[in-house]
Amino acid sequence: MTRAASIEVRDLSKRFRVFREKPTSVKQRLLSSHSRAEDFWALRDISVDIAEGSTLGLIGHNGSGKTTLLKCIAGILRPTSGSVTQRGRLAALLELGAGFHPELTGRENVYLNASFLGLSRKQTDRAYDDIVAFAEIGDFMESQVKFYSSGMLVRLGFAVAVHVDPEVLLIDEVLAVGDEAFQAKCIDRVRTFQREGRTIVLVTHALDTVRAICDRAVMLHHGVVHALGAPDDVVREMRYVLLGQIDQGFVPEEGTREAEIAEVQIVRADGRVEGHVLRDDPLTIVVDVRANQAVEDLDADVQVLDGATNHPVLEARTSTAGVAIGRFEGRKRVRFLIEGFPYNPGKYWVTVGLSSRRTGRLYHVQTQRYLFEVIDVPRVQERVQVPVRIEVEDR
Amino acid sequence: MNLVRKELKVKYTASVLGAVWSLLNPLVYLAVFTFVAKVLGAGVPDFPVYLLSGLLAWNLFSTALTSGAQSVLDNSNLVKKVAFPHEILPLSAVGVALIDFLLQSGVLFVYIVAFYGFHLPELALWPLAFVTLVLVSVALTLWLAALNVRYRDVGHLLNIGLIVWFWATPIVYAGYQAQRLAEGGEWLGIPRFAFYVLNPVTGVVEGFHRALYAVVRPVEQAAPVLFDVSLAWVAGVLGLTLAASLAALRFAWGYFFARSGDFAEEL
Repeated sequence: MTRAASIEVRDLSKRFRVFREKPTSVKQRLLSSHSRAEDFWALRDISVDIAEGSTLGLIGHNGSGKTTLLKCIAGILRPTSGSVTQRGRLAALLELGAGFHPELTGRENVYLNASFLGLSRKQTDRAYDDIVAFAEIGDFMESQVKFYSSGMLVRLGFAVAVHVDPEVLLIDEVLAVGDEAFQAKCIDRVRTFQREGRTIVLVTHALDTVRAICDRAVMLHHGVVHALGAPDDVVREMRYVLLGQIDQGFVPEEGTREAEIAEVQIVRADGRVEGHVLRDDPLTIVVDVRANQAVEDLDADVQVLDGATNHPVLEARTSTAGVAIGRFEGRKRVRFLIEGFPYNPGKYWVTVGLSSRRTGRLYHVQTQRYLFEVIDVPRVQERVQVPVRIEVEDR
Repeated sequence: MNLVRKELKVKYTASVLGAVWSLLNPLVYLAVFTFVAKVLGAGVPDFPVYLLSGLLAWNLFSTALTSGAQSVLDNSNLVKKVAFPHEILPLSAVGVALIDFLLQSGVLFVYIVAFYGFHLPELALWPLAFVTLVLVSVALTLWLAALNVRYRDVGHLLNIGLIVWFWATPIVYAGYQAQRLAEGGEWLGIPRFAFYVLNPVTGVVEGFHRALYAVVRPVEQAAPVLFDVSLAWVAGVLGLTLAASLAALRFAWGYFFARSGDFAEEL
């Protein structure tokens, strides 16, 4: 990736002084020159580059330093050592409704909040209608915010933040609030931001969200970077490390390994194995199988799942397709040729499995290990030959 | 700017008269002291003009300091959750006090036009006194706001300090009385009166007195009311105060910015 880094975090450390009892008065400070402060390192030597236009997911258990890192990036906290370099207008959603004044009406708070995020009065005037429409609380805009429900506050807060036209958006755990419809709307908005090439840093506990919308993920563990890389790898690590057990709903890899998945390639229409997949273009999933011992009637299957919902959209299996794989030992290649991938733009996971057709024994399954992204490209209007049947009949 | 608007809106939300309350304050003062001064015979003719020209300046100063010193603490939720330039918090506290001051000065001006009359060369002091007042207030407010985050007793100390400060400033008593008492005495080889004038608010208040009340000795044969000094002398003190407050502002600004990075952590 040659794009410039939008946010550069270099060797960042953050120390908090934890006082048993914080000496905040002059008297206490004079009397106890040696205050009983204990150092607590919330972050240690964090280095992360966030490329312009990319989406980074920050995950980790409670107290791992996610929010502290986000606050350092936002400029709310000053790093003890190291640096954060950041380009572009930044909007941070650390807590929705932060900066709302309960005595003011929704309308007044929109203007106040927007001004904190760096928007002029005139710019807010222009965005105002969109904000109200997005928040869906039109009737309440003239009521004082203290009468709002928490859901309404959250909606208004998010609406303002996404309308201030940020180049960098920091989101802390806020997508988890609001009803499902509004959540979907927020995710949708985040996707729009991604398409518009904005940089997003997302702190969340919703690991599926990370896998669905992030380009990269960072897992923090006790203030250090524990894993950094592709979201599914990091999420897998997170699940292994933090849950200390294999998540029932997510078994990334299992099987007896009599036969193994040696390699999987998702081949695009033009032969590439990386990059976007154009909607309606053909797609080939190539599965290289290595049988470590002679296996009889191997059954290979692939499943494609929608990255946003995790629902399967496509499934293919050698046995049901009537393709028989005879007894073999060593390597074989199975190609699943999808003639045109018809589904909506977005990310899709691929699960690949090898099993015994006869006994159902699982040799090797890789759950949601592979990923590809489908985009819609406006096509040049071409003259297409549409067959027209002509009939003539007597009347 | 929006924050000043917010503060004002919050202040007057759910009150029927709104900003009229702010105007009512000097009106009541004017009315009350027109009579009280007669009863007390305070030795200061046209006492309402004398009192208000100094008191309004004092109100701006003390309100800015009191609310400004609390501004960062009161908005801790904002400081901890939103990235924004923190200096707007104390500055908007000064802004709110400033708007009150201007509204109330309007009332005073109307009163002066109707019952007292402006004195022309003296009135030229008003802008100088005004600028100095604002600078002194901004400098101290910034410094106190930052200091109060670290030492929470700054706020309490300030409330007590302001009471002493109020009486150390010629607002309700005639400035000349202080001058007369101090005259002749020396501390450490420096005239005692110099110490009195060292109080920056004294310079400012006396500037407003000279600009609006204007007449040093309203009654022949009686003692003067204002400092018995030349107009140039008052302007000179104001100029020195202005220079000192610029230096103080530079320091306070530096201090505020050095500390503001840690606000979120200390709150």
